[in-house]
Amino acid sequence: MYQFFVRRILWMGLVMVMVSIITFLLMHQVPGGPFDREKALPERIQKNLEKKYHLDDPLLKQYLDYMYYAFIPRVTTGEWKPLPENDHLINLKLPIGDNAYIRWMNFGPSIKSASRTVNDIFRDNFPVSAKLGGAAVAIACLIGMPLGTLAAIRKNTIFDYLGMGIAVLGVSLPIVTLGPLLRYIVGVELGLLPPTGWGTLEQMIMPSFTLGFASSALIARLTRASLLQVLDEDYIRTARAKGLREQLVITRHAMKNAMIPVVTVLGPLIAALITGTFVTEIVFGIPGMGKYFVTSIGGRDYPVIMGTILIYAFFLVFANFIVDIVYAWLDPRIRLS
Amino acid sequence: MTTSEQAQKPTLVGVPELAQDMHHTNKLWVDAWKRLIRNRAAVVGLVIVILSVLIAIFAPYIAPNDYREQVLTNNNSAPRWVIDLFPNMKAKDEEGGWVTVSEDYILGADNLGRDLLSRIIYGSRVSLSVAFVGPMVSLAVGLILGLVSGYAGGRVDNLIMRLVDIMYAFPTILLVILLMAYFRATFNASDQGTFAYRLNQIDSRFGGMLFIFIGIGLTSWMNTARLARGQVLSIRQREYIEAATSVGASDFTIIFRHILPNILGPIVVAETLTIPTYISFEAFLSFIGLGVNPPTPSWGSMIADGAGAISSYPHQAIFPSMALFLIMFAFNFLGDGLRDALDPHMSRT
Repeated sequence: MYQFFVRRILWMGLVMVMVSIITFLLMHQVPGGPFDREKALPERIQKNLEKKYHLDDPLLKQYLDYMYYAFIPRVTTGEWKPLPENDHLINLKLPIGDNAYIRWMNFGPSIKSASRTVNDIFRDNFPVSAKLGGAAVAIACLIGMPLGTLAAIRKNTIFDYLGMGIAVLGVSLPIVTLGPLLRYIVGVELGLLPPTGWGTLEQMIMPSFTLGFASSALIARLTRASLLQVLDEDYIRTARAKGLREQLVITRHAMKNAMIPVVTVLGPLIAALITGTFVTEIVFGIPGMGKYFVTSIGGRDYPVIMGTILIYAFFLVFANFIVDIVYAWLDPRIRLS
Repeated sequence: MTTSEQAQKPTLVGVPELAQDMHHTNKLWVDAWKRLIRNRAAVVGLVIVILSVLIAIFAPYIAPNDYREQVLTNNNSAPRWVIDLFPNMKAKDEEGGWVTVSEDYILGADNLGRDLLSRIIYGSRVSLSVAFVGPMVSLAVGLILGLVSGYAGGRVDNLIMRLVDIMYAFPTILLVILLMAYFRATFNASDQGTFAYRLNQIDSRFGGMLFIFIGIGLTSWMNTARLARGQVLSIRQREYIEAATSVGASDFTIIFRHILPNILGPIVVAETLTIPTYISFEAFLSFIGLGVNPPTPSWGSMIADGAGAISSYPHQAIFPSMALFLIMFAFNFLGDGLRDALDPHMSRT
């Protein structure tokens, strides 16, 4: 188990490095730069700007510098000016006096806005996206699993058909469709929930549901399929034969094994949810990270592109890691190997 | 399925293997077809898909107007029945109303005065192209890598599978967005006469679809590769592969004559099931403005245009949404039906 953890964490690190290299190379390959204007800047100003953001360094040096400031913690002492380039995400005070701090994770400035750093974007906008994504995952599981279980234990009844009908509806309604539709019907026409905005609970319901619905449909179908398969197995017959109540047979014996295939898709599913936040944020006017991602690529705002991709990639890899752990917990065969 | 049916049938001694095989294959497809048309939902899906394909092909004859033509007096206009359909819309002649009433267009017009119906009809071309080309690209890339990986084994296998792992961990959508930006900017700036320039010409001729295909293809082959590799690994153990090797067949022959035909079935079915994801992916790209080039209509970009004014002019977003929903629904039903028809063991699930 210990070895498993270490191997997975090393693998996570490797993937993050690969992601950073691919992103860095690709974004610098795109022609144009952050200082392109309708009317070109005078050459000297352009040169100075590039010097300020170290864009005139060789690519390799730029990359290594970036990775150094972003991922290697360093200790600073003495006076610390709150300048944009000194902005670290994590500042830990050390008990050795003289204002000593461990500073870690400086993702650089946003070239497009003089006063904001990538860390500011993380601090202000990322929690919003994370909250939206988390609520959507919760909704996906809370709707999908009971629906699939109900459909499986009441197979070929109205519950089954209704549940699976909803599931097909869910996979056929991409966020691009469901978002505007819900916003119009529930938000504008019926006036039940606020059509836009973010902050209050009412404002959160519709976007989270929009984002989670398609995934809940997928989970429902998988839960049903896998539960049906498990219910056919011998050990379930044994459990029933020894007179266990049906409820206990399902919850104690069948559910744990039936969840294994469901857990395997949770990883890719969370990835889909994370990317789905872009559209949801646009449709419902939510101040999340999505708009930075799209605009930063258009504006060649290199630090913002790197920062947003890396944070999304990190959460993706991390979600897969958690899924692996849950998977190992559910399935002893994997734990032992 | 192949093995179980072969086991039921007594093997005919002396019949040339090829003839027996062909007979077998025909029966397989006939059976599958019978099962498919007995599935009502799948038939509905199939009919909708065929109708949409016809609409896409004959779009210039069906569409009542040019999808580019702007009639500025018809900006945001809607015919009477559309206004009645959406209770929130108020015609200009009512008190406090804002919608121009015009019976010129059946579904009304968008914010530039273009016919919505014609744009939806032409938009089907984009969605359907992606529905058919997307899986093909993913199939081409994934199948080759999967075949090589499974057949070669060892180092090569390890390398390709680690690549697959990294690609899985890579946020694909972000990669596609980066790639699209890269393609657009690089190829637009390319010199006349180069290959890149030629590609860009093709791309603009198809309204920006070529780069969507490439972008999607480069980021969605992993599942196919994994599936193909698994299939190859299981087939490689069979006796007939050993037999082919022992009579000195080349690797090329073994892969393309003996392995590929046997693994194609399940992989094609798996690809069919992913069609809706390609459609929604294109809609997503067009929605965030990285899809087709305007004025080529795509349902995703139409929804994006309409979504901003959804309280005042809901028809602009709702009608393309319905079209997208319908085609996704049809492909989902058809895909499920195909899977059940070709693999009866799975039909319970």
